[in-house]
Amino acid sequence: MYETNYHRASSVDEAAQLMGNAGEGKYLAGGMTLIATMKQRLAAPSDLIDLRHIGSMKGITVNGRNVTIGAGTSHYDVASSDALKAVCPALCSLASHIGDPHVRHMGTIGGSVANDDPAADYPSAVLALNMTVKTNKREIAADDFFVGMFETALEEGEIIVSFSFEAPDKAAYQKFPNPASRYAMAGVFVAKKGSDVRVAVTGAGSNGVFRHQGMEAALKAAWAPDALAAVSVDAGMMMADIHGNSDYRANLVKVMAKRAVAAAG
Amino acid sequence: MSYSISLTVNGDQRRVELDDPRVTLLDLLRERLDLTGTKKGCDRGQCGACTVLVDGRRVNSCLSLAVTLDGADITTIEGLADGDTLHPVQAAFIEHDGFQCGYCTPGQIMSAVGLISEGHAGEDPERVREGMSGNLCRCAAYHGITEAVIDATRRMAETSERKSA
Repeated sequence: MYETNYHRASSVDEAAQLMGNAGEGKYLAGGMTLIATMKQRLAAPSDLIDLRHIGSMKGITVNGRNVTIGAGTSHYDVASSDALKAVCPALCSLASHIGDPHVRHMGTIGGSVANDDPAADYPSAVLALNMTVKTNKREIAADDFFVGMFETALEEGEIIVSFSFEAPDKAAYQKFPNPASRYAMAGVFVAKKGSDVRVAVTGAGSNGVFRHQGMEAALKAAWAPDALAAVSVDAGMMMADIHGNSDYRANLVKVMAKRAVAAAG
Repeated sequence: MSYSISLTVNGDQRRVELDDPRVTLLDLLRERLDLTGTKKGCDRGQCGACTVLVDGRRVNSCLSLAVTLDGADITTIEGLADGDTLHPVQAAFIEHDGFQCGYCTPGQIMSAVGLISEGHAGEDPERVREGMSGNLCRCAAYHGITEAVIDATRRMAETSERKSA
């Protein structure tokens, strides 16, 4: 880690102001990616602006079917929220399989989504549940939020404050985790609300998380795992690395999608 | 720039001056507070050897900057035993051979204490293994570790039943 300055923000406005005054500042949420990255000297922020002590960014509110999750809420708190489990258990289940328990106690939904790792789990939920991403400046629709690998619509210094969505009728997330890191090698979140179906894929796409229109159309016509049998997943869109080539990932996407539909019931 | 924080470490109030915000909780414990029971394995959040409890929840102390933890309550392996009486999880690890070289053991034990208090795994071996997945053991004493965690879970439940009876 290179030398850096530390600032603790007590409010969202203060955090934004601190960032404005910093040279090459970085917001610190759970730190589960940032601190490891700094240790490897892949990031060298001049200033760390700590968002961990902003109370208004934490917690889950469920009003009927409307859910709001503060960006500073830990994966563990999302996984173990009874109120959320009652309306959208798929999101709790997703959170309960991120990394390992240590990471889930520190890592936050806002940090994960802002970082937009192409193999992170949460981005698929944000897209499939059609979440609204609320920042300190505006509201961003899920479809406009993810731009590419590690790239989002967030502007310089913009802070995610919360996520809100209306609970789906049915939803499930299934992933094939890398056995060491537990990052998704392919993760598929399916959600059905009325006649609308959304299918979001993480871990597999060469340009980060994406919706699969073919699978959405097939599941709109018939909500069943078999409905996906004839849908093709383009291997040309998939990433390839030492853990699996693009054909393998394309196949995994379909398998995970079928399992997700089966799990959603 | 210097930073002043206060922590409760194993029940003791500690006031710490940090001349650099990059100090991790792990390095603070080992190098400044002389609590070397917490081990440095990978130093990047993969192995779990540095597991401690922060406000009752297990975290990787190597990925936590000490300066962010002002006011927190920290429990390390040194804070578990009551004098010469071992914590039930420590006793169970010895009884079930839950280690070989012992390097990962403080982290394994702290993680097990956290897991048991979270209360999600119970006595189901598969859930215990999943719940302990953040702690690697290169000697592969996993069988003994799982048995120890289940045994300690059972004993601690019995003790709390007796206390509440």
